[in-house]
Amino acid sequence: MWNWFHKLASPPHFYRISAKMIPWFAFPGAILIVYGAVSGLFVAPADYQQGDAFRIIYVHVPAAYLSMMAYMIMALSAAIGLIWRIKLAHAVAAAAAPLGAWFTFLALITGSIWGRPMWGTWWEWGDPRLTSELIMLFLYFGYMALRAAIDETVKADKASAVLALVGAVNIPIIHFSVEWWSSLHQGPTLVRAGGPAIETAMLYPLLAMIFGFTLVFGALILGRVRTEVLFRERLKHWVRVIVIPEGAGA
Amino acid sequence: MSPTSVSMPGLWHGFSAVIRRDILLAWKRPGDVLNPLFFFAMVSTIFPLAVGPSTEQLQFSGPGVVWVAALLATLLSLNSLFLSDFEDGSLDQLVLSPQPLPLLVLGKALAHWLISGLPLVIMSPLIAITFQMPADTINIMMVTLAFGTISLSMLGSIGAALTVGLHRGTALLGLLILPLSMPILIFGARTVSLSAAEDGVAAGIYFLAAYCMLALSLAPFATAAALRISNE
Repeated sequence: MWNWFHKLASPPHFYRISAKMIPWFAFPGAILIVYGAVSGLFVAPADYQQGDAFRIIYVHVPAAYLSMMAYMIMALSAAIGLIWRIKLAHAVAAAAAPLGAWFTFLALITGSIWGRPMWGTWWEWGDPRLTSELIMLFLYFGYMALRAAIDETVKADKASAVLALVGAVNIPIIHFSVEWWSSLHQGPTLVRAGGPAIETAMLYPLLAMIFGFTLVFGALILGRVRTEVLFRERLKHWVRVIVIPEGAGA
Repeated sequence: MSPTSVSMPGLWHGFSAVIRRDILLAWKRPGDVLNPLFFFAMVSTIFPLAVGPSTEQLQFSGPGVVWVAALLATLLSLNSLFLSDFEDGSLDQLVLSPQPLPLLVLGKALAHWLISGLPLVIMSPLIAITFQMPADTINIMMVTLAFGTISLSMLGSIGAALTVGLHRGTALLGLLILPLSMPILIFGARTVSLSAAEDGVAAGIYFLAAYCMLALSLAPFATAAALRISNE
């Protein structure tokens, strides 16, 4: 097991394995998203209060969930990279940040569009979760800005890893404080005592979307890590062998 | 007992030497201390000019304005926390010294608070009076600012350590630290508002005190790690 892990952490091996892994994430993910979108948008009944407007939940919730998940992946790989000095882990953290920022942005945009018919405004400061998503977006920006400001890759990896960990300690505090600050959002729907408060015809498409988004996210992050690894190892022999076609000299 | 352990200055000695040195340096260059304070006063002055002079409006926006101004002034002063040490090489000495680095950076961050945070807390009633704040609220505000500025000095020392030696450090520091400091701002400003509305303030003050303790105990380790990375 440990041996396998060490083998995976070697960049050329990861590069080979990941090429085979991506379809296993991408295709099931795409199928789930198509199923979730069709049954969520057309089959599921309209909400008795929100009408058809609730259907944006099928994009909003997976995006919001992935915005947190990406930060967790980022912070965990940063910790692994910092503690065990595994270079691949730093590459994963670097690849997760822009993806996380995009999903955070998507969650903000869909939340805002959803808020328009529900609250009558595009932006509601009284809603704690929208506000903490915004702070989350700023955390991603800070992380990416720090990475971009340091030229040496090794140094950028370590410094941004410290920042990611400090951020990970702070995120629960930020959520709590924004929650305390004000509350107007609808309560949690899926994870609560006594089972989900949502009809199964609405629930299954949502779960399909969440898993579909996660799988596609997995495929995207693998792709990004692959390019990141290629760039970082650009002077190594194995990259030259892959990138320069045979018989092209050099 | 090896001879090195006898000749090595103790933990407390190293810690207090760092604080004394930074305070002495600030004393010799009073401009560095005064500029953030002037900035604090000026930002607080801009708001009434922009919002209008009506008493209700000033009382309503006062806690938020004082807190935002304090946050920005602290941020401004944080930039220089490790900069001069980095430039003249004494940061290397700090990193190489036999005392544990987290303890020494705790000393530096506390010295930063004594130089910038404490004067700001002492000056804040002057600003608060111009916002027509009642006396009880001013007391609460000073308590929240005291806890808040300590937390900001600790949190900011992490950002200052990460950005020291970078060319675009100043703007970057704000980008790194502002999102992390939201809880302090939220609880600080809201507690003062609650006090002005004669509502319970205990929860907010407890939170700020707890955050302050957390920052005091954890931030020095992150700052030390960041300094080792930036200074290698």
